[in-house]
Amino acid sequence: MTATGIGAPVRRKEDQRFVTGQGRYVDDFNRPGQAHAYFLRSPHAHAAIRSIDTGPATIMPGVIAIFTGDDLATDKIGGLICGWMIHSKDGSPMKAGPHPALAQGKVRYVGDHVAVVIAETLAQAKDAAEAIVVDYDVLPAVVDTAQATKASVQVHDVSPDNTVFNWHLGNKDETEAAFARAKHVTKIDLVNNRLVPNPIEPRAAVGEYDFGTDNYTLYTTSQNPHVARLVLSAFIGVAPEHKLRVIAPDVGGGFGSKIFIYAEETVCVWAAKKVKRPVKWTSDRSEAFLSDAHGRDHVTHAEMATDENGKIIALRVHTTANLGAYLSTFSSSVPTYLYAPLLSGQYDIPAIYCEVDGVYTNTAPVDAYRGAGRPEATFVVERLVEKTARELGQNPAEFRRKNYITQFPHVTPVIMTYDTGDYAASLDKALEIADYKNFEQRKQESVRRGKLRGIGFSSYIEACGIAPSQAVGSLGAGVGLWESAEVRVNPTGSVEVLTGSHSHGQGHETTFAQLVSDRLGISIDQVSIVHGDTDKVQFGMGTYGSRSGAVGMSAIAKAIDKVIAKGKKVAAHVLEASEGDIEFKDGRFGVAGTDRSMAFGEIALQAYIAHKFSGQDLEPGLKEGAFYDPTNFTFPAGVHICEVEIDPDTGVTKIERWTAVDDFGVIINPMIVEGQVHGGIAQGVGQALLEGAFYDESGQLITASFNDYCMPRAIDLPSFQVGMTVTPCPSNPLGIKGCGEAGAIAAPPAVINAITDALGHEDIAMPATPQAVWRAAQKSRMPMAAE
Amino acid sequence: MYAFEYHRPTSVKEAAGLAGQAEDTKFLAGGHTLLPTMKLRLAGPANLIDLGQIAELRGIERSGDTITIRAMMKHAEVANSPEVKEAIPALAEMAELIGDPHVRNRGTIGGSVANNDPSADYPAACLALNATIITNQRKIAADDFFQGIFTTALEEGEIITQVSFPIPSQAAYIKFRNPASRYALVGVFVAKHSDGVRVAVTGAGSNGVFRVPEMEQALSGNFAPEALDGVAVAEDEMNSDMHADAAYRAHLVGVMARRAVQAAATRG
Repeated sequence: MTATGIGAPVRRKEDQRFVTGQGRYVDDFNRPGQAHAYFLRSPHAHAAIRSIDTGPATIMPGVIAIFTGDDLATDKIGGLICGWMIHSKDGSPMKAGPHPALAQGKVRYVGDHVAVVIAETLAQAKDAAEAIVVDYDVLPAVVDTAQATKASVQVHDVSPDNTVFNWHLGNKDETEAAFARAKHVTKIDLVNNRLVPNPIEPRAAVGEYDFGTDNYTLYTTSQNPHVARLVLSAFIGVAPEHKLRVIAPDVGGGFGSKIFIYAEETVCVWAAKKVKRPVKWTSDRSEAFLSDAHGRDHVTHAEMATDENGKIIALRVHTTANLGAYLSTFSSSVPTYLYAPLLSGQYDIPAIYCEVDGVYTNTAPVDAYRGAGRPEATFVVERLVEKTARELGQNPAEFRRKNYITQFPHVTPVIMTYDTGDYAASLDKALEIADYKNFEQRKQESVRRGKLRGIGFSSYIEACGIAPSQAVGSLGAGVGLWESAEVRVNPTGSVEVLTGSHSHGQGHETTFAQLVSDRLGISIDQVSIVHGDTDKVQFGMGTYGSRSGAVGMSAIAKAIDKVIAKGKKVAAHVLEASEGDIEFKDGRFGVAGTDRSMAFGEIALQAYIAHKFSGQDLEPGLKEGAFYDPTNFTFPAGVHICEVEIDPDTGVTKIERWTAVDDFGVIINPMIVEGQVHGGIAQGVGQALLEGAFYDESGQLITASFNDYCMPRAIDLPSFQVGMTVTPCPSNPLGIKGCGEAGAIAAPPAVINAITDALGHEDIAMPATPQAVWRAAQKSRMPMAAE
Repeated sequence: MYAFEYHRPTSVKEAAGLAGQAEDTKFLAGGHTLLPTMKLRLAGPANLIDLGQIAELRGIERSGDTITIRAMMKHAEVANSPEVKEAIPALAEMAELIGDPHVRNRGTIGGSVANNDPSADYPAACLALNATIITNQRKIAADDFFQGIFTTALEEGEIITQVSFPIPSQAAYIKFRNPASRYALVGVFVAKHSDGVRVAVTGAGSNGVFRVPEMEQALSGNFAPEALDGVAVAEDEMNSDMHADAAYRAHLVGVMARRAVQAAATRG
């Protein structure tokens, strides 16, 4: 243990450059001779393209080239892919339509890519794009999630009724039988509102081609540059994998939206060779609203069965998941395997059955967004549990406690094996921090002021540390989800860690260095974390699904173990002892039972000068790599309690208190973990109260700017009361569960449960805007009329 | 943004002259509506005449029962002006409620009044305070100036130079913000003058800022929130959008008016 080791609230190393404006993002890279790309996008949600006349635009000032889908097809550039195969319950593979990087014959959502203009300046590219004449045959659009399968409009020829898959999970017969004998059944209809991710840095790409070496370089805003390279080479075919270098430098947030491989970076790499110039594209905020993959967008009916003792005996769920106009990179996994396996929540539910219809609509593609499937599952479970408790006249906290899983490992009916947890401990601590026992008093005080006060629980669980490769492979994933690391020790004893994880706000440069500091007994100042460049890091699966700690750091730990093992061999030679007698402790290699020892750095130097051992006995140098494939998901869980006060005159909901008690397993840096919790709650509150992406009937996005799409602000949030409980994760060497998504998963049902508690009825959807809450409060005021 | 010619006159006369000579001109004050519109290529004036270097458009003076604010005074300057705070605290508070610190340190009273955005705050203040809008050509009563959404009595090339506000005995402005944009979804400015009460509403009306004679009448008899019981604005004259439909806006006008009266009366 060092002062900068595991558990220390070390300040973030990377913040020096970020807060002083020295971060280097993709848009900061300007290559010699660089040209600018501008994408002409569809103004229509659904239209056949009769013709595209680029003639007048081509001769405009500064225009270098204009390309359409035909040019990509001529060069045999493949379409964008969805990397997770889902099978419908009848065994048939999902019905996915083509996803060309530039439209071929049809556009399917507002913002779809019609053509790209490459010009000397961005302004010239925009001018020329305005001069392109596209003859559209505008078609009716299908927008509404719930109506997609009934629409007369078909988005893709291969998908009748706009259905990509009818998927299911769970034990259907047992579920039906349990419902048949249930004492009480609680039903709920829920909409999980569509969200726009809105990272602070919009997407960007610079493509470059070197005619001398035949090498391609792509600078891109990616959470997983190696996966981007793999997809761009093996599937889309813009460059061979060994000739393509992908660099994801500083990235200003992703929340999932930068996992995916998009049309724009594909076109930039391809076009760089075509025009023999580096090609840059930077999204503006308007483009980001239209074309970044959106999140959520579920319509669900769910039912919970309870027996005469108030025990939950079954859950059945039917969800329609809007996938948008095309299948984005991991879109099919989100409403299926990242969703239904979490429907058991923290509860011992013997029978669960879930059906999911994935549907196409004329809207932006929908894919993973912070939490990805797990917030949707948690919203279903926690809203339903709360409603059930109310219908049974039970205290919602005690109803939860009665149904908690208490024995581990626990196998759910929806394929998960929970390894460990202590849900009641989190609940107890949360009730105490929230001062639950005095809630009634606070409520009465609010009533005296003409306000409504409510309290809501969210007893969430998530599956993180994504994921065991064999398991996800059997479920349809096209890739394994292990992680790699290489630990390079320099002769001076400083350490470089090359990791396949990518940091875009998570603080890996600090937390990963803390692990090295802890294990090798050196200061974090002696450690550099290298990531985000396929020329430096051999391979990696990237950062999403709260996996960088549990999976990425486990790979580093594994490599560190190998470094220590090698160091012991070196030390045995230098200290003239047998290898079995060498101990490594507090940063020193020593001979057991003696006072002979050498510091880690001294042994590193010996490894490199190689004077004390022969090349026949031992290889010089100190560098080790490891691939770590987890054996299970991790299961962070906790209890969040939200307390709101509503002004019935205006409908304004004010969050008065927020309690978060989370079990993330072993914590590397409590300050960073708290920051992750705060940010996650802010996004979850955003979904519950403020955010919603809405299309009109014609498929125009009406929340296409911050003027109408409401992002959470500091003023919308209370000061969070954050507590922790710890049950170390048994399935990885560090005991880490992951913390990046918890807040966004836990928060929405906590907010809505609080609001419905205050209102006295369930009739409110997300986002619970002032207008919606005011209207719902009218109903509360007239209980007789509402009967 | 499209290319444009940029002009930076140093007098109102020079600015008006430029507007008379050049084609397709726009005056640039704080630019908070114009520049975003230009960036989105929704506007593309050939000539932009920046009023920012004109000294005669700067300053705040009190003379007798009137506060006069020159057109290029920024919202933050009005909010922090000792003269305004003393004479019409409600006006300083209104300026403090506009946008965020960036907006308040760029946006100007003249720009806001000339633009007459249906969600802007100043038009409500001007109407309720019975202000006079003074241009390089004439004086226009606020009642005649605001003529509907983004429409005013200003002629082509006419420049607002100052706005003068009679000092009321009591006044307050209460705003209910659009949750996303933070513009006024409904803003109600109430002012009690020696000759009666004026109530002006921004954000809510389908035709921009408007006065509420029924409320004014009720309050002129009894300047108290209860006086507004049973007084409502007509839903069919309200704006309706995804954030607030007409019924909600009409309701909020009543709530904000009562709260404004309460605030004004409490101020004493």
